[in-house]
Amino acid sequence: MPKMEVDVDKCKGCYLCIQVCPKKCIEKSDKFSKTGYYPAKDSKEGCCIACLSCVRICPDLAIKVYK
Amino acid sequence: MAEKKLMKGNEALAEGAIRAGCRFFAGYPITPQNEIPEYMSWRLPQVGGAFVQAESEVSAINMVYGAGATGVRCMTSSSSPGMSLKQEGISYAAGADLPIFIGNVMRGGPGLGNIAGAQGDYWQATRGGGHGDYRCFVMAPNCVTELGNFPHKCFEVAFKYRLPSMVLADGILGQMMEPVEFKHPEIDPKTLTEPAWALGKCEGRDKRIVKSYDLKEGGVEIMVNERVQRYKAIEQSEVLYEEQMIEDADIVLVAYGISSRVCVAAMKQAREKGLKVGLLRPITLWPFPKARLIELSKRVKNFLVVEMSLGQMVEDVALAINGRANVHLHAKPGASVITADEVCKTMDKILKKEAKEYAAVK
Amino acid sequence: MQLLNKKPESLLDVKMHYCPGCGHGIIHRLVAEVMDELGIRGRTVGVAPVGCAVFADTYFNCDMIQGPHGRGPAEATGIKRAKPDTIVFSYQGDGDLASIGMAEIVHAAIRSENITVIFVNNAIYGMTGGQMAPTTLMGQKATTCVEGRNAKQAGYPIRMSEMLATIDGATYLERTTVHTAPGVVKTKMAIKKAFQNQIDGKGFSMVEILSMCPTNWGTRLDNPSEATKFVAEGMLPVFPLGVYKDACAADKK
Repeated sequence: MPKMEVDVDKCKGCYLCIQVCPKKCIEKSDKFSKTGYYPAKDSKEGCCIACLSCVRICPDLAIKVYK
Repeated sequence: MAEKKLMKGNEALAEGAIRAGCRFFAGYPITPQNEIPEYMSWRLPQVGGAFVQAESEVSAINMVYGAGATGVRCMTSSSSPGMSLKQEGISYAAGADLPIFIGNVMRGGPGLGNIAGAQGDYWQATRGGGHGDYRCFVMAPNCVTELGNFPHKCFEVAFKYRLPSMVLADGILGQMMEPVEFKHPEIDPKTLTEPAWALGKCEGRDKRIVKSYDLKEGGVEIMVNERVQRYKAIEQSEVLYEEQMIEDADIVLVAYGISSRVCVAAMKQAREKGLKVGLLRPITLWPFPKARLIELSKRVKNFLVVEMSLGQMVEDVALAINGRANVHLHAKPGASVITADEVCKTMDKILKKEAKEYAAVK
Repeated sequence: MQLLNKKPESLLDVKMHYCPGCGHGIIHRLVAEVMDELGIRGRTVGVAPVGCAVFADTYFNCDMIQGPHGRGPAEATGIKRAKPDTIVFSYQGDGDLASIGMAEIVHAAIRSENITVIFVNNAIYGMTGGQMAPTTLMGQKATTCVEGRNAKQAGYPIRMSEMLATIDGATYLERTTVHTAPGVVKTKMAIKKAFQNQIDGKGFSMVEILSMCPTNWGTRLDNPSEATKFVAEGMLPVFPLGVYKDACAADKK
């Protein structure tokens, strides 16, 4: 099952990934990171289809997708 | 025996740069230096170099900024109004420690001025012109042979100490034709070691950055202070000047470039009348021959600075002499030629104590 | 489980300073991916502008030069002519390229300089705090046109790709966008073509990329749809996507 992971140290909480995810796998975290952002969360269990849309749009190289 | 060639000043400067290893030139047409880009346009390809007629003097200095960052010996030239356009680029090159070479063939100013030779850019050349704390190595030739040979020294100093270098000439020197003897062996840039900072191929090594900024607290202070150490070294070792008939002189003429040739004539005229006149000709305008002036001012009572400007180098002379002797000024701005007769008349006035000093002895 | 996306070698592993939702980070990554794929990192010199991307010199993992505002195409010309074996790119914003640097970009195209220009168009001045840009839209508010751009005061936005297309020396000009994932894919293809053209010695290539600036557009940093909506509904009608010049197309037939 593919999985998308967010590097919370790099994520700036812009949520472009949430906007482009076709399966709505990504949500905002309610815990803020050490840089003061509320980062995006790793993809919900069993949701990710490894379309890589989030990877493509992320401006901060904060996302890794595994398959 | 070295070959002598009859050349126009501007062409000698271009040829001299090429013989010193210059392989990139960017410039824009402006009188009275058009022969420089024109000469470069056909001569550079002959030696495997590249020439670009840029869309403006601004663009040209920035092309040279880029080319210089690759470690290639490069040059731009212009005349006074175009040099004003280049000031930002020169500041950037100084701030990025790039050894670029610039030729300024001065004309009457300020503004559009006229197209005749003048010496009104001394401040611009030696005081910056561009923003920030920096220096350029500036040499002032007074004949076509010097125009042809100074690029060699300019590139040498520029690369050794990592700063922009400049030949400050004027429209008369640029247009005159004299025999040129190129005194230095030609440099084939392929035999030169590529500088450790040069951009190009980062394969197998760490990346390099050429830049002039540092936004961290104290960053620019550190950069400038390090540069100052190099400037001090230049002031110690690279001052050049020429003296004639100075040992017994009562009046020392101080002049550079074309004015120095008028002064040679005036000096000889005066000597024929029994006046003890000598000449100190600064060759490097920065670093300025301060130490020599200080030394001379302990014995010589009167200095007469002769410039085709409203009086710019006179400030450096007065600063160095610092009240130990009288400093007089024979200034003629706007590209009007000074004659030996005029200078002699001024010297008469000085000896009769009828001349108002620029800076009197304290 | 296999990692599907790796950080490109041509981008250093440093945190970029761009605002949340800014397009620069995307575009930097695409340029770096293309450099990796074309194997040119070892001989590329990039020119960083003045603008938000001034720090591009610290982000790309190749030799970089940072120079005066707008002069990138001139610096690139100098580098390319002095060392023709290098691959040179000039990365510029809309103030750098279309305002102060207008002469330099036009003449680099006129001379058909064999360089690659990455033009990031976000219709505003970012670094200096949101002033009007040459590409600011009619009615769009900026700090130097607080009531919105109006023609009498400030004329009209400039369409750089269309204008440069009239120049014979311009070989390849395409406008793309990074406000959607498919847009990002097409942008990467355009950037790759622009670099390949340089490798093949084809002349002047530029990719104009519509990009987001949430901070200076005043759109919510935590709701990217406001910014992407501005690109989609505001910018696209004024700056249509597409290929405006492809002088190499004829070669392929």
